[in-house]
Amino acid sequence: MNIQIKSGALQQVLALASLVVLIVFFTISSSNFFQFSNIVGILLSTAVIGVLALGSTFVIITGGIDLSVGTVMTLSGVMTGVCITFWGLPVPVGILGGILMGALCGLLSGTAVAKMKIPPFIATLAMMMIAKGLALIISGAKPVYFNDAESFAEVSQGSVLGWLIPGLDIPNAVVIFFVAAIVGYLILSKTIIGRYNFALGSNEEATRLSGVNVGFWKIVIYTLTGAFTGLAGVMMASRLNSANPALGAGYELEAIAAVVIGGTSLSGGKGTIIGTVIGALIMSVLTNGLRILSVPQEWQTVVVGFVIILAVYADILRRRKA
Amino acid sequence: MSEVLLQMEGITKEFPGVLALNNCQFELRRGEVHALMGENGAGKSTMMKILTGVYQKDEGTVTYQGKPVELTNPKAAQDAGISMIHQELNLAPDLTVAQNIFIGREPRRRLRLFLDDQALHRQVKALFQRMGLDMDPAIQVSELTVAKQQMVEIAKALSYNADVLVMDEPTAALSETEIEDLFRIIRQLRADGVGIVYISHRMDEIKRITDRITVMRDGQYIDTVLTAEVTTQDIISKMVGRQIYETSKPEAAAGERETVLEVKGLNQGRALRDISFTLRKGEILGIAGLVGAGRTELARAIFGADRIQSGEIYIHGSRVKMRGPHDAVRLGIGYLSEDRKRYGCVVDLDVKSNVVIASYPGFLRPGGWVNTVKIRKQAEDMVERLKVKTPHVDQEVKFLSGGNQQKVVIGKWLTRDCDILIFDEPTRGIDVGAKSEIYRLLNELAAQGKSIIMISSELPEILRMSHRILVMCEGRITGELDHEEATQETIMHLATARM
Repeated sequence: MNIQIKSGALQQVLALASLVVLIVFFTISSSNFFQFSNIVGILLSTAVIGVLALGSTFVIITGGIDLSVGTVMTLSGVMTGVCITFWGLPVPVGILGGILMGALCGLLSGTAVAKMKIPPFIATLAMMMIAKGLALIISGAKPVYFNDAESFAEVSQGSVLGWLIPGLDIPNAVVIFFVAAIVGYLILSKTIIGRYNFALGSNEEATRLSGVNVGFWKIVIYTLTGAFTGLAGVMMASRLNSANPALGAGYELEAIAAVVIGGTSLSGGKGTIIGTVIGALIMSVLTNGLRILSVPQEWQTVVVGFVIILAVYADILRRRKA
Repeated sequence: MSEVLLQMEGITKEFPGVLALNNCQFELRRGEVHALMGENGAGKSTMMKILTGVYQKDEGTVTYQGKPVELTNPKAAQDAGISMIHQELNLAPDLTVAQNIFIGREPRRRLRLFLDDQALHRQVKALFQRMGLDMDPAIQVSELTVAKQQMVEIAKALSYNADVLVMDEPTAALSETEIEDLFRIIRQLRADGVGIVYISHRMDEIKRITDRITVMRDGQYIDTVLTAEVTTQDIISKMVGRQIYETSKPEAAAGERETVLEVKGLNQGRALRDISFTLRKGEILGIAGLVGAGRTELARAIFGADRIQSGEIYIHGSRVKMRGPHDAVRLGIGYLSEDRKRYGCVVDLDVKSNVVIASYPGFLRPGGWVNTVKIRKQAEDMVERLKVKTPHVDQEVKFLSGGNQQKVVIGKWLTRDCDILIFDEPTRGIDVGAKSEIYRLLNELAAQGKSIIMISSELPEILRMSHRILVMCEGRITGELDHEEATQETIMHLATARM
C-alpha cells in the first residue's frame, strides 16, 4: 500500500460505508424508510444510547470497561427527578444534579480501579448493582414524574432548531447528542486527557514510568464517562417525562456494542469518537429498518448480535493485514 | 567445507515508507556458526524474520537443503527444521520444562485421550542428553534462571529436529559462567551438524564462537568473511562505514561538587539491603554488578516505580517521598528502562507523542488544549539532534529499530530537561555506531551539569564512561571505586563478594 492511512481511519471509512449501505438498502426496500419523520425518529432513538456510548468510549480506550453505565444512567435520571419533583429545585439545578450524580459514580468506579486496583469489570459490576439499588431507594421504588415542571420535558422533546429555523423540527435530544459528540471529540483528540487516555491504554506501565500519574488520570477518565452517563440519564428522563428506577439495565451492553462496531478496540489504545457515533447510528438504523420491514423484535436482536461479530471480525482482518 | 544448508539470495522487503532489505544474501553451511552483524536497522532482524516465516519476502529466493522453499508462516519454518531463539523467551512459566518443550505435541496413549507423561519425560531426557544438559524435566519453568530457560528454548527447537537455529542476542542476559555453558552447547550442536545463525553485538563472543561473519548495513548486504581472518576493527568499519567515536577516560569530576542526590539506608525485601550513596552534579556514576544484583531494583526504587520498605532519599539536600514516578519526574529524575518496548516507550504511539509524553504540561495552550505545533517542532528537533532514523515524526515507534527506539526514550527525558538521569543498560542490544552516539551524548549531558547514573553489565563500558563506580552484589553495595583504581578485575571481585 502506497498511501498511508492512519490506523483507525480505515475502520471509520468501513463503518461509514456499512452505514451508507444499510441506509441505501432500507431506502430501496421500503418507501417509508427515507422520510424526514423516520430519519428524525432514528436520530432520536440514537440520542440516549449514543451519549452513553460516547462516554463509554473513553473508558474502553484505557483498556477498561464500564458495566455500570446503564444503571448509573437510571440513577442520574432519578436524581434529577428527586431534585426537581421531590425537592422542588429549579430545572437547571436538577439537570446539574443528574450529571453530577453520574460523575460521582464514575469517580467512585475510577477510584476503585485506579487506587484499589480492582479489575474494571468487577469494580463497575459492583457499581452497576450499587446504582441500581440506590435508584430504587431514593425514588421510593416508584417512577418519579415531572408533572410540576413542564419545561423539563422540553430538554429532550422541545426543538430549539425548529424555533430558530421553522420547519426543521429536530428534537433537542438529537442536538444534544451531536454537541456531546463534538465535545467528546475535542476532549479525546485535542486535550491532555485524550493524549493520556491513548497512552495509558496502549502501555500503562511505560506511561507511568514516563512520570504520568496514571491513577489520577484514570479517575478523571472514569469520572468523564460518568458525566456523559449522567447527561444520558437526564435526556432519558426528559424524553419520557419520568424517571423510572426499573429501566436502564442492559443499556450498558448496547453502548459497548456501539463503541465496538465503531472500531474501538476492547484491548485499549485505539478508538475514535466519530467511530462511536457511526456505531450508534448503525445500531438504530438497523433496528428501525428491520422494524419497517416487519421483522419481529426477537429477530432484530439476533441480527444486531451478528452485526457485532461481523464488525469486530472486519476489524481483526484489517489489523492482520496491516 | 561442508555442504550448504541454506541459501538466501536477492532478498528484498519493503515496509510502508522504508526499504528494509535491498537484494540481500546469506549462506549457512552444515555445522557452522555464522554471525550476522550490523547496526540497528541494518536489516538483520527482518532477514531472520523472513527466514523463520514471520515476514514474507517481496523478492528473492530461499534454498534450503538443496530445494527452493516458501516459508509462509512460523509453523511451516519450524516444521521444516528452522527455529529461532528470541531475545524475549516464549515459555509458559507455570508449566514444567517437559510440558513447555512438547507443548501442542504431547505424547498420548489410550485412544489419544490421555497424556503419556512417562514417554514425555523419556523424550526430554534424550534431548537433554544430546545437548549434554543436566536438568529435571519436571521442574516448573518459573523456577529456572533466564539462562536455564534459554536452554529449554534450545531444547524445544531441537525437538523439532532443527537443522537451522537462529539465536538473537543469546548472551544478553547471561553471566560469564552461563555464557560458557551456552557456548559448550553451541559447540556440541555444531559438531552434530546443526547450522547456527548467531546475532550479537558483542565482538569478543563473535570472535570466540563463530566461523564466519556476514555484515549488513542499511538494508544492504556488505560482506561475508571468515572470522579467523579479520580483526575487530575491520568488522566495525564494515558495519558502520564511518569513524567510531571513542571516549578517553573521563576527567575526574572537578573537586567536591555539590551533592544532587543522596540515598540513605534503602531497604526493599531481599532485593535491596541498606543502600547508601551520593550522586554529584555533572557526574556519571556507574553501577556494576551481575544480573540479579539488584541494580534495576535500585533504579526503580529511586524513581518511585516500586515501594521501598525503609530508607531516605534527599534531592538537593531536602528529604523527598515518592508516591510514584510522577513525583520523581516532578523532582527532575528521568529513568531509561533496560526493557524499552515494555517500559521505555509506548510503541503504538507515534514518535512525537513519545517524545513529549513526560512533558505534556509544557506543551499545552491555556485551558488544557494540546499545542500540536509546538509538539511537532520539539519532536523534529529531537529527531535531528539524536539522529533518530525515522521517515517522519508521525511514524509509530513500533516500526523503529531498537537503537532508534532507545533514542526516542532519551529524547523524552531531554524534552523534560531532567537534572538526574538513570540509564539502565542504555546500550543493550544496540550496535556499535549507535552505542558511540549514546556515549557521546552521556558525556555531553554530564558536561552540561546533568547527573547520570549508568547501570551496565558491560565492564568496558562502565570503565570507560564512569567517574565513579558502585559495585552491587545480592542487593548490597559491595564497593565504591574511583575511575583510576577501577579495573575489570577489581569490579568482578566486588561483584562476586558475598557478604
